[in-house]
Amino acid sequence: MSNTTTIQVRVNGVSRTEEVQPRLLLVHYLRDVLGLTGTHIGCETSLCGACTVMVDGAAVKSCTLLAVQTDGCEVETIESLATDDGLHPIQEAFWDCHGLQCGFCTPGMIMATRQLLQENPSPSEEEIRHGLEGNICRCTGYKHIVDAVKQAAEQMKAGT
Amino acid sequence: MPVSKLVGTKVKRREDPRLVQGLSHYVDDLRMADVMHAAILRSPHAHARINGINTDAARALSGVVTVLTGADIGDSVGSVPCAAANPTLRTPPHPVLAQDEVRYVGEPVAVAVAGDSYTARDALDLIEVDYEPLPAVSDLEKALQPGSPLVHSQWDSNQAFTFECGTGDMDKARAEADVIVKQKFIHQRLAPIPVETRGVVARYFPGEDELTVWSSTQIPHLLRAMLALMLNFPEHRIRIIAPEVGGGFGCKLNVYREEGLLAHLAMKLKGTVKWIEGRRENMQATIHGRGQVGTVEAAVKKDGTILGVTYDSLLDTGAYHQLLTPGMPPLTGLMISGSYKIPTLKFTSTGGFTNKVATDAYRGAGRPEATLVIERTLDLIARELDMDPVELRRKNFAQPSDFPLQVATGLAYDSGNYQAALDRALEMVGYQDLRAEQQRLREQGRYLGIGFSTYVEICAMGPSAALPAGGWESGTVRMDFTGKATVLTGVSPHGQGEETTFAQIVSDDLGVPIEDVAVLHGDTAVVPNGIGTFGSRGISVGGTAVYMATQQVREKAEAIAANVLECSTDDLEFEDGKFTVKGVPDKGITIQEVALQAHVATKLPAGMEPGLQATSVFEPSNFTFPFGTHICVVEVDTQSGEIEIKKYVAVDDCGKVINPMIVDGQVQGGIAQGLGQALLEEVVYDEDGQLVTGSLMDYAVARAEDLPQLEFDRTETPSPVNPMGVKGVGEAGTIGSTPSIVNAVVDALAPFGVKHIDLPLKPEKIWRLCQGGNK
Ligand code: FES
Ligand code: FES
Repeated sequence: MSNTTTIQVRVNGVSRTEEVQPRLLLVHYLRDVLGLTGTHIGCETSLCGACTVMVDGAAVKSCTLLAVQTDGCEVETIESLATDDGLHPIQEAFWDCHGLQCGFCTPGMIMATRQLLQENPSPSEEEIRHGLEGNICRCTGYKHIVDAVKQAAEQMKAGT
Repeated sequence: MPVSKLVGTKVKRREDPRLVQGLSHYVDDLRMADVMHAAILRSPHAHARINGINTDAARALSGVVTVLTGADIGDSVGSVPCAAANPTLRTPPHPVLAQDEVRYVGEPVAVAVAGDSYTARDALDLIEVDYEPLPAVSDLEKALQPGSPLVHSQWDSNQAFTFECGTGDMDKARAEADVIVKQKFIHQRLAPIPVETRGVVARYFPGEDELTVWSSTQIPHLLRAMLALMLNFPEHRIRIIAPEVGGGFGCKLNVYREEGLLAHLAMKLKGTVKWIEGRRENMQATIHGRGQVGTVEAAVKKDGTILGVTYDSLLDTGAYHQLLTPGMPPLTGLMISGSYKIPTLKFTSTGGFTNKVATDAYRGAGRPEATLVIERTLDLIARELDMDPVELRRKNFAQPSDFPLQVATGLAYDSGNYQAALDRALEMVGYQDLRAEQQRLREQGRYLGIGFSTYVEICAMGPSAALPAGGWESGTVRMDFTGKATVLTGVSPHGQGEETTFAQIVSDDLGVPIEDVAVLHGDTAVVPNGIGTFGSRGISVGGTAVYMATQQVREKAEAIAANVLECSTDDLEFEDGKFTVKGVPDKGITIQEVALQAHVATKLPAGMEPGLQATSVFEPSNFTFPFGTHICVVEVDTQSGEIEIKKYVAVDDCGKVINPMIVDGQVQGGIAQGLGQALLEEVVYDEDGQLVTGSLMDYAVARAEDLPQLEFDRTETPSPVNPMGVKGVGEAGTIGSTPSIVNAVVDALAPFGVKHIDLPLKPEKIWRLCQGGNK
């Protein structure tokens, strides 16, 4: 029905050129156009964080950004974290510490953690809890998530 | 039994690698060819007559496949089922789309199907509904008063059912009592809020006459049976798949309109149709939990002996019954005795229709209400008698020697040691020092409170005789040619980690590496039969079925091994996955080799069927009764009304533990929801039935910063009800935590004369009480 616009986005290191409706949300672009379904939708209103991805290095909620707004940007999703060498230390830490149950919040939680640790490689417990306030987990009670972030921070410092 | 290697230890979850990488498939992640998208138009009115619906413009929109209303569907899809056996029950018709009246905000009125989800939503904007608003009733107590607007005009009142249980003579208890304590309780409505909303994909293949429904459900097998009835379509032609499910907490233990509607659409359109619930829809149209009001009365001797308790309550059923709506009050009534020996107990409940979405099972399902009532009542009594709440609890506790404990509500508690959990928690929290500290701080104008919950709950649902649709569970264990094991389970996990815990059991008992055990679930075409995951039954009923099937496989393997090794089974020992002849250690055969023999089938004992598999259907003889003590220490800021949790100690006993890490996670997550109920969460409808808390902006779910530091420990009292001695742990944290928090806050505010506060304990409410507002 509506007109389409051509956008060019680098997603997980691959350049994409796509015709999209101007109203298409970034999260739907990632999930439905590109098939990257690791980014989840929990509220569509910026309140749960399940859809968190990185745009030009900053964590954003992809449910409230239009795909056209990322024209010319670099987008990273949960699918970009693991390499052939294995899981990313944050993923590893969530696994080790039982930082997930149903797993639905987890990709967003991990992307938010990535941002948190980029800005503050040695966060205190309080800083971790504050840093994750945009992400809801209904399953875990957060304790194991906090443990996971602490472990990931240690690991990543040791690795650099 | 061989030495356990994995059972009882922290085994990292096998589900997690796919989940942390975002590679798992929840319903919305399934990619299917030629899928059509459905969007649902919902009522903006709490109560209105539908005089007409014009769908012409919506149908004419390019890309729209079809638009259907209740009139279009007529009676081609049956009523949404309610599985409760209560002879007093009034069951209103519950069509998949409203027929001529809407009775709550969010009730489905029409559905649009289009090639993409954006167009389907556009189509909704073009549907014109001519509503004639009718008087609505939102408040439960008002709904049950004479003259209230009627939710269903075919009946002369909004009474939906009545229920009662208990034994004893309350008049006598009152006459013998020194003190009578009374209190009204309001159990606010809560929204379950799994982060994954509901979602359904339905596909119909006309050639094969096969209907497949992917649904974010906790009960694939029950859903299949119910859909067969709703659609009048043979059950064996329906396949239900619960793919990865992003949390349920009871709200997906249900059969919803959208499941029937989507199946109908797929069959009508002979294709694949998808619907994913938005969060707004989820707040409006997915069941809510709790929604009870009641008054407790306790008859007590001066020395603290509780002679009798009555609890007369009302349940806000909402406008229509969901699967288990009328089944919630019995769970409250049966557990009203808590962990105490109370000779006289009486519970009554009256369900009332209101113009709101239905209430049904949400984590705890009826037991949090019972626990809040009895645990608060204990504190009210303690205050009245000027007794320490700990002493009062000890005085009335059932003793370890009392088990199995016959309770006046009719249940028999399986096992328990309530003192041990309480003692451990008191030690962890440093109780005596705390009371002194409380005194000291009060003198400085600071208000510390200590709250207890010495809860017991009922789980491992349960003996079939006590449930509306079977309480058994199935487990199949199979070893294939190459010695790998496959487990099929009828429980359908959604975060509980059964792919790990069930594999731990099988790995230990068959001596195969855990990597060689696959646990399959959630697909009715793969798992022959099952009931589902709810009522903390995963390990205790489903796990037991798997355990028993594993024993049968081992017995068969032993018989084959003996035949191959040309000895008697009595001469065999089994360790580390190998059968050896006693005293001849190098004469042996591994279980993998036995599995191969079982399939090659040339060296089987005479008359034995080839293959190596067994199915067990476990029917529990009783429920299990986990328990524990939660102690919460708060400081209330009387200037702001804010509550700070300074310490939180939880000692839980869920019987034998298969994986301590997973048990910890269940308890922690449970506490987060119980704390949410105590401090944050409340579904609010206004007087006219408009939903005020319609998004996560208005409905406060606990975030990381809301949770305090928690300290945990466990005691372990095995259950005699099943061979592993497990009890279940999915709901304990939620049931146990809420009362300890409110008891702590009430204790803190004792100097202000506060005796009770209804939930949630929002700062404004607390502040008013500190300003000398009503008690
Ligand atoms: S889906 Fe984007 S924040 Fe919830
Ligand atoms: S693991 Fe289920 S919502 Fe976080």
